[in-house]
Amino acid sequence: MISLTDQPFEPGALLTAFSQGRSETGAIATFTGLARAERGATTTLELEAYPGFTETAIGKIADEAKARFTLDDFHIVHRIGKIAPGEAIVFVAAAATHRRAAFEACDFLMDYLKSRAPFWKKETGPDGSRWIEPREQDHADIARWETSKP
Amino acid sequence: MAKVLLFGRLSDIAGWREREIESASIAALRALLSGEDADLAEALARPGVQVALDQAIVRGDAAITAGSEVAFLPPMSGG
Repeated sequence: MISLTDQPFEPGALLTAFSQGRSETGAIATFTGLARAERGATTTLELEAYPGFTETAIGKIADEAKARFTLDDFHIVHRIGKIAPGEAIVFVAAAATHRRAAFEACDFLMDYLKSRAPFWKKETGPDGSRWIEPREQDHADIARWETSKP
Repeated sequence: MAKVLLFGRLSDIAGWREREIESASIAALRALLSGEDADLAEALARPGVQVALDQAIVRGDAAITAGSEVAFLPPMSGG
């Protein structure tokens, strides 16, 4: 399941719901990304999506993860709109038979969400606003998956 | 008329997010937008800016038909 929301969410509740009724899944791994205050430099984070296009693009990323890591299931929640420091921006859960696939699927999903999913992120603080673009590290993270097949 | 959408820094620079514009192709639209706003021209020419036609990424030029949706997408950053 993939959802975008402009409301704060509680990662623990999402994990509880995702874990219900699984008799064949041996492993669930999750990742939660939080908005950072950057020692006061950021008071608000604002995330923009392209409705429809963004969900489709995330769907393609998730389908690839599901096939590559043989996932039983996944759940991706991504915030849009204004986000305060300390709030969760993204939640990713992957369910698989064994732990390695679940860990790696979360890692893969996050690398692609960081720089391939259609989101645009603006930080606002006392010194004004700036748009965040992928860093070299984000491109290097993606490259790991493109050169190594499991 | 096509619906033209700007995202991220592009809409901040241009001062608009959505407009109806008459144009025959992506290249013609890009030239028209660049001609009316030098700051937007510079931003559109930066590396990593992609174009989506009816919610599919297009590389190079493509024809725009009535009712099309054209979106200019700066480098993406989620998570």
